[in-house]
Amino acid sequence: MHHHLLSILIWLPIAAGIVVLLLGERNIGAGRWVSLAASVATLALCVPLWGDFDTHTAAYQFVQKVAWIPRFHAYYALGVDGISMPLIVLTAFMTIPVVISGWRIITKRPAQYYAAFLIMEGLMIGVFCATDALLFYFFWEAMLIPMFLIIGIWGGPRRVYATIKFFLYTFLGSVFMLAALIYMYVKAGSYSIAAFQALPLTLTEQRWIFFAFLLAFAVKVPMWPVHTWLPDAHVEAPTGGSVILAAIMLKMGGYGFLRFMLPITPDACREFNMLIITLSLIAVVYIGFVAIVQPDMKKLIAYSSIAHMGFVTLGAFLVYEIVRATGGVSGAAMGMDGAMVQMVSHGLISGAMFLCVGVLYDRMHSRQIADYGGVVNTMPIFGAFMVLFALANTGLPGTSGFVGEFLVILASFKAGFWFSALAAVTLILGAAYTLWMVKRVVFGPVGNEHVAKLTDLDGREFLILGALAAVVLLVGVWPEPLLKVMEPSIQHLVAQAVATKIPV
Amino acid sequence: MPMHSFAAATPEIFLAAAICVVLLFEAFFGARHRGATATLTLLVLVIGAALTVAFADVSHSVTLFNGMYVADPLAFVLKLAGFLVVAVTLLYSRTYLENRDILKGEYYVLALTALLGIFVLISAGSLLTVYLGVELLALSVYAMVAFDRESGVAAESAMKYFVLGAIASGMLLYGMSIIYGLTGTLSLAGIAAALTASHSLGVILGLAFLVVAVAFKFGAVPFHMWLPDVYEGAPTSVTLFVGTAPKIAYFALALRLLAYGLPGAAVDWTRMLMPLAVLTLVVGNVVAIVQSNLKRMLAYSTISHVGFIVLGFVAGTRSGYTAALYYMLIYVLMALGAFGVIVLASRKGFEADKLEDYKGLYRRDPLLALVMAMLMFSMAGVPPFVGFWAKLRIIQALWETSHLWLVIIAVVMSVVGAFYYLRMVKLMYFDEPPETLPATVRSFGVRFTLGINAAAVLVLGILPAPLLDLCTRVIR
Repeated sequence: MHHHLLSILIWLPIAAGIVVLLLGERNIGAGRWVSLAASVATLALCVPLWGDFDTHTAAYQFVQKVAWIPRFHAYYALGVDGISMPLIVLTAFMTIPVVISGWRIITKRPAQYYAAFLIMEGLMIGVFCATDALLFYFFWEAMLIPMFLIIGIWGGPRRVYATIKFFLYTFLGSVFMLAALIYMYVKAGSYSIAAFQALPLTLTEQRWIFFAFLLAFAVKVPMWPVHTWLPDAHVEAPTGGSVILAAIMLKMGGYGFLRFMLPITPDACREFNMLIITLSLIAVVYIGFVAIVQPDMKKLIAYSSIAHMGFVTLGAFLVYEIVRATGGVSGAAMGMDGAMVQMVSHGLISGAMFLCVGVLYDRMHSRQIADYGGVVNTMPIFGAFMVLFALANTGLPGTSGFVGEFLVILASFKAGFWFSALAAVTLILGAAYTLWMVKRVVFGPVGNEHVAKLTDLDGREFLILGALAAVVLLVGVWPEPLLKVMEPSIQHLVAQAVATKIPV
Repeated sequence: MPMHSFAAATPEIFLAAAICVVLLFEAFFGARHRGATATLTLLVLVIGAALTVAFADVSHSVTLFNGMYVADPLAFVLKLAGFLVVAVTLLYSRTYLENRDILKGEYYVLALTALLGIFVLISAGSLLTVYLGVELLALSVYAMVAFDRESGVAAESAMKYFVLGAIASGMLLYGMSIIYGLTGTLSLAGIAAALTASHSLGVILGLAFLVVAVAFKFGAVPFHMWLPDVYEGAPTSVTLFVGTAPKIAYFALALRLLAYGLPGAAVDWTRMLMPLAVLTLVVGNVVAIVQSNLKRMLAYSTISHVGFIVLGFVAGTRSGYTAALYYMLIYVLMALGAFGVIVLASRKGFEADKLEDYKGLYRRDPLLALVMAMLMFSMAGVPPFVGFWAKLRIIQALWETSHLWLVIIAVVMSVVGAFYYLRMVKLMYFDEPPETLPATVRSFGVRFTLGINAAAVLVLGILPAPLLDLCTRVIR
């Protein structure tokens, strides 16, 4: 069972997606239930994944290795460690609200809609499971196809522009990574990620590979200034697409930094760490200001995502500054812990925020803040959820948003005062843009007659928002299990990141 | 020479005999049984493939006819691919030809003589056989392009193709004569032995003419001018043929002539091919973006793929040739499907060759749209489709020979290329169909084959090992 658990997690949703596709639009009633059953089953399979996970080792667990292309020493090799496991659970968890939220709303080609999301779920889990770089790239790129179709078919008026921009941006980033991976294969004679991590590389080689990786992962995260595809994609994507994009796909960029960049090119990372930190701080501060002025709720949350993901890259790359300032690695793990928690937390919160906007959009068909006002008067339960998620987004203690930001800011203090001063600006800006939006949308007198006619959450919507709220609070008040799962892997990663790979 | 030693030449011998039979059959029964020749031709191809497997499966290189003819594992694989590809193109084309009243026996005879030319070229062991194969293939194809006599555009394309093709043949002959003059032998093995390390001006001059001829045949920039015109002007069934089977032969031409015949001068011809490859990639991908005609767009896309194939030769190593062979086979597989979709989307009096004709194809014909979308993603090089591995293999060969800048150009150009492939998907899936478009061809057999074609692109993409292994095995 344990040798196949990851394979089942990958292929179960994909198989279900194909079944839904074959059932076709005529049997969509059955198709919906198959989708729900598959996504719930995938989450259920995460229970043994988490339960039987050994929290004392940084080694890959649940490993499976089958020859794929023997001539290239490429394997169908799967495994998880403390960095990938929480992200897999997050992926499985976030797909369920997507399936449920589309239940009545999606009337155009619903079978394809569900199939696309299920196939994407499998591919995304594959990205986090793969321990072979070629397999990783295979899943990483294949995922673009369903997302391209989701935005293009079910998106808003400018969907074609948004989806082609999304595809080409990510594709451009990825092909350079592919070139770098093949280069390392030619040197190492294997596509195993562990072999790449152990491969000695000169500083020049590391610099080239660093920038190839940076392009791929920075586009995906996205970091300023290659972030411009994200607001477009988010605004045009259907609610489900936005949720997956924000909750999972952005995390792949962060995952790439932790799994590939830091361990494979540590010396180049040390050399260019200020570049990443600067870009992260620009994302945190500048993009925070940009978010304030957005008139469109989805765009606002998209910019807020960029700012929050800035914390992830900041936390990951603080390690070198901490070593420089304190001479030890003791605080470095804290930054990485913060980055990881921030990824999980942002996945939950941004997903929930997009679902909230989706709830409003389904009723009013508008995402403009100006079209709302006083929603709480007609939708009190929804108002409560929206305020909770908004506060979590600003990093209120007791919610998951607090834990990640707090750890990163704490770590940045060790690196230097100015890092933390700039990073802490997000606490003000985050509160400003999120709460101002909530104030204009949720509170105040009833804005117009459309708002007056709104009906509160139905059972389905209550279920998904309630579940998300519970998890956000749980991670906020009790992050210990999550941190414990990550602990050995983060320690191992810090050791890899501060080591040198330059051959002597 | 005992009789059984000719066994390795079974494909050519059988095909030559079969051509006579098909021609006679057409002359006596063709008028009464329309379409019977088509069936007979498919039968010939199936029997030919079976005989090839039975008799011509050589485990090592065999030379016949005083070294004029080489049968090796590579030739075996390429010939089987030739049988398969021609059979599929003829299968796809039948309804199309019927609708245009050009379902004539001669079409099939020409396809078979072209195939014979391909085989001769694949097994060429001397400069003479190379030329024989090139001309047999080219003359058959010229006639096929002009096959629809009523069409002025087709006649114009055929004329352009013929004139430019004649120039290329002249170049080839001239280059060959120089090389012959310097080495005193026509045998490719003899030339390889004679020209080990000498870089005399004469060799480089002869080489330049040969490279130009190869580039012309492949459609590499700046010798690509004929390609878009021929692809657009020819009847789509002929475009389907021209775009697929001959590529196998031209790969063999490049391999036998340059890689196996002139390995001593590899430094020179790789250096000549390098700018051609870069230009081909850039021009093919950039110009394809502005096309509004699908056949023309795919013609430029072909050019860009040729750029990748040439890059395999630029690497100039066994790994590079393997990559080029793999890329060529994959490209042929993808082109078969893509042009097959155009053939099937066209009806009597309606050529589905403009991009607008594919708007909302998903609604009109989900299968065709799905097949085309898979092929487009594959051509763009997105996994899980097989086109990804073809590009990967080329990049690997370039890294092995430390061509950093070529890798960068190749990956950037594949992103540029992705744009126009995505646009096709956008047209088919995101746009609404126009009111008045005729239904697509509904014949079950053809659609089934097309489905298999697309499924192959996916299955070979998920499990690429067997074909990659095969390619590595047959290149020496």
